[in-house]
Amino acid sequence: MDLTIILQQLVNGVSLGSLYGLVAIGYTMVYGVIRLINFAHGDIMMVGMYFAFTGIAMMFLPWWAAFLLSMLASALVGVIVDRVAYKPLRNASRISALITAIGVSFFLENSFLVIYGGVPKAFPIPSVFNGAINIHSVIFPNIAIITPIVAIVFLLILLFILHKTKYGMAMRALSFDIDTVRIMGINVDLVISLVFALGSFLAALGGIFWAMRYPAINPLIGIMPGLKAFAAAVLGGIGSVTGAALGGFIIGVTEILVVALFPALAGYKDAFAFLFLIFVLLFKPTGILGEDLERGRF
Amino acid sequence: MLKVKDLNVYYGVIHAVKGISFDVPNGKIVTLIGANGAGKSSTLKAIAGLVKPKGSILFSDKEIIRHPAHEISKLGVALVPEGRRVFINLTILENLRMGGFNKKISELEPLYEKMFELFPILKERAHQKAGTLSGGEQQMLAIARALMSEPDLLMLDEPSLGLAPLIVSEVFDILRELNKQGRTILLVEQNAAQALKLADYGYVLENGAITLEGEAKGLLENDEVRKRYLGED
Ligand SMILES: Nc1ncnc2c1ncn2[C@@H]1O[C@H](COP(=O)(O)OP(=O)(O)OP(=O)(O)O)[C@@H](O)[C@H]1O
Ligand SMILES: [Mg+2]
Repeated sequence: MDLTIILQQLVNGVSLGSLYGLVAIGYTMVYGVIRLINFAHGDIMMVGMYFAFTGIAMMFLPWWAAFLLSMLASALVGVIVDRVAYKPLRNASRISALITAIGVSFFLENSFLVIYGGVPKAFPIPSVFNGAINIHSVIFPNIAIITPIVAIVFLLILLFILHKTKYGMAMRALSFDIDTVRIMGINVDLVISLVFALGSFLAALGGIFWAMRYPAINPLIGIMPGLKAFAAAVLGGIGSVTGAALGGFIIGVTEILVVALFPALAGYKDAFAFLFLIFVLLFKPTGILGEDLERGRF
Repeated sequence: MLKVKDLNVYYGVIHAVKGISFDVPNGKIVTLIGANGAGKSSTLKAIAGLVKPKGSILFSDKEIIRHPAHEISKLGVALVPEGRRVFINLTILENLRMGGFNKKISELEPLYEKMFELFPILKERAHQKAGTLSGGEQQMLAIARALMSEPDLLMLDEPSLGLAPLIVSEVFDILRELNKQGRTILLVEQNAAQALKLADYGYVLENGAITLEGEAKGLLENDEVRKRYLGED
């Protein structure tokens, strides 16, 4: 195969992978602090897409305002989901919370089905994200270049929050021990809400960029990327933020390259993320950057 | 400073603390001694707000029994938990930052300096992960972390646990020094000899009830205490 095509596909894979990474971060952080696999997290992507759609196509806001408002509103949805659905179960068995998360997922999907209907909507792509650039006669779509840059900028901001602010430190401390965080005079419920807010904010960001990549959105659109982002979080080592980002890149690049190199297998592309996950877990059950599943370290 | 009355702690059907009452007067060191499972940790957790007890806990004449743990901490009660529980995935400085979570930024620097003066080992290793510290050093960090909130009442749950005798003396010397500076201390210990030597007043806890109390010096002389907790015949 032609080198330029491989290069194009690589950029494409990194771009897709950074979306998985953005969503995977929410899975890994929530798991880190309350040991819950939040299966409704993929649906927050979808929520973010519809909020942005509403902002641009129905309220005629400038795209950046629509995007920002969508991410903030999605963060709020994440916080409300936690307060209403998960918080009452904080001391219940983990399986109860897990089943609740699946329930929340169905609830979000069906609510949006009722509000927006099942017919896919065309996501309006702002012109800055359209078009392509030509480098030495290799053509890269703008969106494929912008996505990973945006993802990395937000990852760096997140790492800054986690390591340099007191609430970020409290999140990391919480992933180790809840009661000891309490006796420091820290309101643990507030810290957990902030974790949901950050995770949902990033999921909405991932959703919006997903919608610009595949601009027909429907209420079930968050399921598959959500599952792959979950696979990415586990692959990178659940509980580890950099692991989640890394897992996302690996799954995105693998998926794209498999399709590019073996076009006959394109129909199975969704299976590869999971096959790859199973393969890695056979050799490293804690994931790439994971150490001890019972001990947080993000 | 602290007045506990008819305190009861239940874990489901287990009645771990059975209606105990005790006082911790301002500026004093009071110790609760007792064997494994006597209910010492449950008592401290109840005061700190980590378990929901029944009865009455007056702190500076304020009823705190229904307060959430973080509010109790803000009122001026700090707990150094059993097994130290430093945040091993955070650096030493970050651990101290968590201890002083509700302090203003401008208040932090002098507090760090104070802690480093009290525990010089922490200064050298300020930017290392707390998980790299030895058991004794982690105990020092746990105490420093608790002091960062400048608590009126410092509670410690078995600070001597798993430490070499030399380190235990060092820790107890620091507690004595803190008390001299005016800090009120509630100390829970199995190491009765050391605890009674340090304390002003002591209570003996057995199966969730107080069976003996008195001036610490007196308890050290008490035959019952000598036999059961100091290993003498
Ligand atoms: N979370 C819990 N659930 C059920 N029972 C508990 C719990 N915590 C403590 N207990 C029980 O309550 C009783 C008192 O325990 P506690 O930890 O207060 O004792 P302790 O005096 O601190 O003992 P040790 O010296 O071993 O630390 C014990 O019988 C213990 O088994
Ligand atoms: Mg105990």
